[in-house]
Amino acid sequence: MIDKIFLNMTRTSALLILFIVAWIFVVLFNHSIEAMQTFGFDFITKDEWAPNLEKFGAYAAIFGSVASTFLAMLLAIPVAIGVAIFLSEIAHDKIKGFFGVSVELLAAIPSVIYGMWGLFFFVPILRDIFGGMGIGLLAAGIVLAIMILPFMAAVTRDAMNTTPDILKESAYALGGTQWDVIKDIIIPYAKAGIIGSLILALGRAIGETMAVTFVMGNVHHTPKTILDPTTSIPVTLANEFTEADSSLYFSSLFGLALTLLVMSFVVIAIAKFYFLRKVRKGQ
Amino acid sequence: MTATQKRIIINRIALGFSTLSAIIALAFLFWILGVLVMKGVDSLSWSIFMFEGSPPGYAESGLKHALVGQLILVGLATLIGVPLGIMAGTYLSEYGKNSKLAHTIRDISDIMMSAPSIVIGAFVYAVVVMPMGHFSAWAGAIALAIIMIPIILRTTDDMLQLVPGTLREAAFALGAPKYKVIMDVVYRGAKAGILTGVLLGIARVGGETAPLLFTSFNDNFFTTDLNEAMPSLTVTMFNYAISPYDDWQQLGWAAAFILSMFILGLNIVGRLILLAGKRK
Amino acid sequence: MASIIDIKDECSLHVRNFSFTYKGATTPSLKKVTMPIAKHSVTALIGPSGCGKTTLLRSFNRMHDLYPGNKYEGEIEFEGRNILDPKEDLIHLRTKIGMIFQKPTAFPMSIFDNVAYGMRLQGIKNKTELEGRVEKALQDAAIWKEVKDRLKHDANGLSGGQQQRLCIARAIAVEPEVLLFDEPTSALDPISTQGIEKLVIELKERVSIIIVTHNMQQAARVSDYTGFMYLGDLIELGHTEELFVTPKEKLTQEYITGKFG
Ligand SMILES: Nc1ncnc2c1ncn2[C@@H]1O[C@H](COP(=O)(O)OP(=O)(O)O)[C@@H](O)[C@H]1O
Ligand SMILES: [Mg+2]
Repeated sequence: MIDKIFLNMTRTSALLILFIVAWIFVVLFNHSIEAMQTFGFDFITKDEWAPNLEKFGAYAAIFGSVASTFLAMLLAIPVAIGVAIFLSEIAHDKIKGFFGVSVELLAAIPSVIYGMWGLFFFVPILRDIFGGMGIGLLAAGIVLAIMILPFMAAVTRDAMNTTPDILKESAYALGGTQWDVIKDIIIPYAKAGIIGSLILALGRAIGETMAVTFVMGNVHHTPKTILDPTTSIPVTLANEFTEADSSLYFSSLFGLALTLLVMSFVVIAIAKFYFLRKVRKGQ
Repeated sequence: MTATQKRIIINRIALGFSTLSAIIALAFLFWILGVLVMKGVDSLSWSIFMFEGSPPGYAESGLKHALVGQLILVGLATLIGVPLGIMAGTYLSEYGKNSKLAHTIRDISDIMMSAPSIVIGAFVYAVVVMPMGHFSAWAGAIALAIIMIPIILRTTDDMLQLVPGTLREAAFALGAPKYKVIMDVVYRGAKAGILTGVLLGIARVGGETAPLLFTSFNDNFFTTDLNEAMPSLTVTMFNYAISPYDDWQQLGWAAAFILSMFILGLNIVGRLILLAGKRK
Repeated sequence: MASIIDIKDECSLHVRNFSFTYKGATTPSLKKVTMPIAKHSVTALIGPSGCGKTTLLRSFNRMHDLYPGNKYEGEIEFEGRNILDPKEDLIHLRTKIGMIFQKPTAFPMSIFDNVAYGMRLQGIKNKTELEGRVEKALQDAAIWKEVKDRLKHDANGLSGGQQQRLCIARAIAVEPEVLLFDEPTSALDPISTQGIEKLVIELKERVSIIIVTHNMQQAARVSDYTGFMYLGDLIELGHTEELFVTPKEKLTQEYITGKFG
């Protein structure tokens, strides 16, 4: 009797998560119908976003999301791989422990703080170097890169650490140097895991709001250079959601939210099911 | 130069680059940490804990409203999210096991863990704030709980699976019903792990700003009314930081510092508990 | 005291007063081991689990150096020098002294690339030379017939026994002087084990072999000399038949008659 109740309670809780996820999609979809009916494909291909004219084209925000994430990945990937190699193959145990823990703790720092640092300390430097406002795509890409770096390095290191010692030793036993072992054994062996981890980091970066809100500029323009201010989907949502004053404006913002959710779901699912699943099987 | 000499040089260069990237990464991260600590400690004072927000320029302004609001929001989210997460994780580990349903739930929660949190905020806005007609602490807490559930679910599931099957069998052999076995044997065996999961879950949602922006919204004054907008450290930080007023910016840094210490503390305690549990 | 025979034939390695202490350990895992390794013959190391066989074997190619903090004392002489010297060129040493592990360790690359790996490290790029030497190594490792039609396939598709022979091919392709085997058949079925044992006996014409085994029958079948180790000491080293038939030490006698193990 109690057994039955217990089972039902736990099962209901477990099903709840599926229900919530489905509900999120349905709600976002329902609320974006108006925008979709009004604009059709123009919603994602036009970059005119003029609330006063009731015109909403999300292209600039989508482009800004993709471009800032791409820039962040471009900057973060080489450094993250370097850090991961350092942590798994070069550092001595003590440094490894210290470094490893700091990296993991840094991954826990609230992202809004990266944004504040970016605005007050990094943007002025960019301004000095490149002129202009300092705020824009480049600033967003760099702050985003720094924010995802700890997570990226930690998961990449974990992927590299799955390489069995005995396999590495076999390559050393043939006269390989550390770098030979890293590039010929560890990276090929852990390839799927590394790529999966990097894509997972990408999935996080694309949905990141607070680290970039301050430094992106929040203007609905497709940037012509990486120094131009622009916006991204999360930045637009953060800045405009409480200001929306018409149902079409709201609907357009929900459309943005849905677009973002679909984008990140697809990216994360690719990482999980295509790359990281293979890793699980391989072991 | 022989091939081997060349390899040795390439090795040195490659390892040098790798070490260099580690140094660069650490330098940036310590820069950020340094700023946080310097600015934060600079701005800390007792008045922060005694006064609530006030217009810029007033001496008697503090973060009491945001601190209490933060605790209420995170506490409420924990009350909602933790039981649901633990029960769901229990189902996966003890009943669902390798069934298709269980795997689907695991996969979906994994994806949810990395999903953009601002989207959760938009969702809660639509299903809580719009029907109620105004922002509320409840809405904020629900948004945080939705983010928390998958984290608690996955750690509970993992931790319960680490409890050896023989322990369960021994309890069953004594004639205990399944719920008793789970409550008395399995939970006890996984206590440290579940607790760590809960702490890390709290730490994770404690640092969230985006999902609160349009759910609990913000308020510059002290309130405990769950049906009204409620201030939080993160949203206060966000508003104060972009404000043009020096004293507000200072408060923003103080909030950042307090919150980060709180989150780092939770992370460290969580890890220590896990370590202590392993050592036993 | 230990009873170590004096090997009249030429030796490829001389271990003298060799002690080894793992990082953080209070007592050495090998205590003043003195042991000659005869050239072009098979020397087996036997003894109960944890007695230091693997530790000794991994000292010959300085594998322990991959994990900092371990301590070598004494001398291991190879080609006229002490390879424990901190200035020893480990890359060169490891091309001269190859190793086969407990489990097959096929690299995540094709069969051909696996065998060619060591040669490529040495800078051999010429395609025909590589192809010739890969084929020869695979033939010497008695696996050529099985893989010649799928050299480009991933080596992880091979069976455990085939992978282990592939690893042997990979090791002999760089023409080492010495080959170290650490329980090479412990993960294999009896048929594959037979194949590897046969190979070990054939290979000794060209290389000196040291093989660690927990299986006394295996030691008796493949080796010319056998060393019995116990708690970090080399108790006895002798001709294999003599050691198994008329051991000189009481401990050896007890071990080979199964009184402990
Ligand atoms: N990496 C290590 N660190 C510390 N001690 C070790 C390590 N590897 C082995 N030992 C110790 O050294 C001794 C010899 O081990 P080993 O050479 O592996 O024995 P065998 O191969 O004969 O079974 C054992 O007491 C073992 O506990
Ligand atoms: Mg061993």
